[in-house]
Amino acid sequence: MATLTTVRPPAGETPVRRRRRRERPGVQGLRRSLRRHWTLYLLMVVPLVWFVIFKYIPMSNAVLAFKSFNVIKGIWGSPWVGWQNFDLFFHNPVFWTLVKNTFILSVYTVAASFPIAIILALALNEVRNGVFKRSVQLVTYAPYFISTVVVVSMTILVLSPRLGIVNEGLGFFGVPSIDFLGNPEYFRHIYVWSDVWQTTGYSAVIYLAALSGIDPALHESAKLDGASRLQRIRHVDLPGIMPTAVIILVLAVGNIMAIGFEKAFLLQNPLNLSQSEIIATYVYKTGLLNADFSGATAIGLFNSVINLALLLMVNAIAKRITGNGLWS
Amino acid sequence: MSVQTETRTLPSKRVERRAARARRIREPRTDRIFLFCVYLLLAVFFVIVLAPLLYIVASSFSSPEAVSAGRVLFWPVDFSLRGYHAVFENPQIVQGYLNSLFYTVVGTIVSVTMTIAIAYPMSRRTLVGRNVVMTAILFTMLFTGGLIPTYLVVQSVGLLDTRWALIIPQAIGVWQVIIARTYFRTAIPDELVEAAQLDGCGDLRFLWSVVIPLAKPMIAVVALMYAIMQWNSYFDALIYLKNPDLFPLQLVLRNILILNTTGGGAVDASVVIQRQQLADLLKYSLIVVASVPVLVIYPFVARYFTKGILIGAVKG
Repeated sequence: MATLTTVRPPAGETPVRRRRRRERPGVQGLRRSLRRHWTLYLLMVVPLVWFVIFKYIPMSNAVLAFKSFNVIKGIWGSPWVGWQNFDLFFHNPVFWTLVKNTFILSVYTVAASFPIAIILALALNEVRNGVFKRSVQLVTYAPYFISTVVVVSMTILVLSPRLGIVNEGLGFFGVPSIDFLGNPEYFRHIYVWSDVWQTTGYSAVIYLAALSGIDPALHESAKLDGASRLQRIRHVDLPGIMPTAVIILVLAVGNIMAIGFEKAFLLQNPLNLSQSEIIATYVYKTGLLNADFSGATAIGLFNSVINLALLLMVNAIAKRITGNGLWS
Repeated sequence: MSVQTETRTLPSKRVERRAARARRIREPRTDRIFLFCVYLLLAVFFVIVLAPLLYIVASSFSSPEAVSAGRVLFWPVDFSLRGYHAVFENPQIVQGYLNSLFYTVVGTIVSVTMTIAIAYPMSRRTLVGRNVVMTAILFTMLFTGGLIPTYLVVQSVGLLDTRWALIIPQAIGVWQVIIARTYFRTAIPDELVEAAQLDGCGDLRFLWSVVIPLAKPMIAVVALMYAIMQWNSYFDALIYLKNPDLFPLQLVLRNILILNTTGGGAVDASVVIQRQQLADLLKYSLIVVASVPVLVIYPFVARYFTKGILIGAVKG
């Protein structure tokens, strides 16, 4: 019986009609699909249960933000307190520092890594395929695979005031050694430039792919018209990677408030806390170290909502300006 | 061109060189300067990325005294393996290494299985309801419950402070589901499904004996992504684990490298200095030991990795 419904349509039938015949919406279609593909539905059960438990239940658990958590009564039994947890956070003296630190750190990261990745990709694209190009790519791509813990450790070792190679170098020029990590004013630069070091090669790969998709005829005709290499980059390559760049920028800006916990936390120490404390690390500290579950949930929720709003907003702007968005 | 060289009787070197130069399309002078700058720029990128790596590796193979005196640059000084001896004599590190191997192998198997189990049905056009499910899955990329709500779930299902806490809560990556689904959709033609069904092949058998063998390159990419993620992560261990025997390597690394906690009480001054020097050296060796597994396989998989990124980027 199942085979009856899947008999191939006659050759003359158009693909459009074929597709419409297959897609049967509604309850009847679902029942038929269930009967026909019950093994596939069965296969999906475990992952779907996983999504419910580890993604959707936490979302519903976020109501904790409006409650005063009581371990014995549990999440749903704890008393409602309205916006109190948010109020506490907004009136906390660290609130603006946290928002500022998170925002500046992210914006600085995007501002530095976004153009540098594009520059690397454009430069690689100009060079003939060969050993040189391949080794540059291989080496610049490699740090992406190193763990955050190792990158931070390397940063600390290289910048260490006692043994670090950077201070050795400065000492050679007579500059007294600097405790880079103990000084809050260096924190952002260390964070951002070690990030650039780690991810530029990886990010460039995406642009390189976009560049290889540009029609060579465009370059040929530009060359015939006497365009220089720089002019070809500006008028052929850059417009060619624009859609990709817009999507990457949208994603980056949309995630500005979601900057990762992992690296900031590792680079933190009591001396640089005034610049290195961001929302994510603060949530960890209030929630898990000080066991203020409701307060930490409220801060986390505030962050998630801001982030979602930013993403939707930036996407809408990008779509209006360039016609390319995440869901185009 | 080959005809020319054959018919030429007395090839003088100079004529040949001039001909070669004429054959090549001459680039304008500014372009050649520009190209030179491009090469220079790439060389700078190359050196900047490579230098810290070289410095760490060179230090790890030097003697403790040379490292502490800051005499090491980009080549080992007083070649010694004492740093590596210290690494492998440290029970914490060895245990962490074994734990990480376990988490990486088991975690990758679980993740890949779950990813295929959800992504394959999502790729079948005749499956009613797949759009609703896919939207629900994609939504989790945009909005999450947050740290504490997730922690409470992990706690209530009893995973806290067990090995499974590092495997189950992070089992499925939405990005990987997108990659797998896109691959299944584009690489497995509908005609193949129909032909199999005509021959009486069920969906599961089709998945097992046709789809999975065909999708091996994609599965390899997804498996590598999961494996590297698992090997490199420390955050879940930090929040879910208390028992040091379960710590993955990255968390051990963090304790040694960043918090500077190495065991042992002080005895007398010279021993303390020696121990301090060895502790410094150990950090360099430890970084190398921890990164080698990933960096060794990386050159072979980089190409596939790139492809994986691009498959995922085609349609989000």
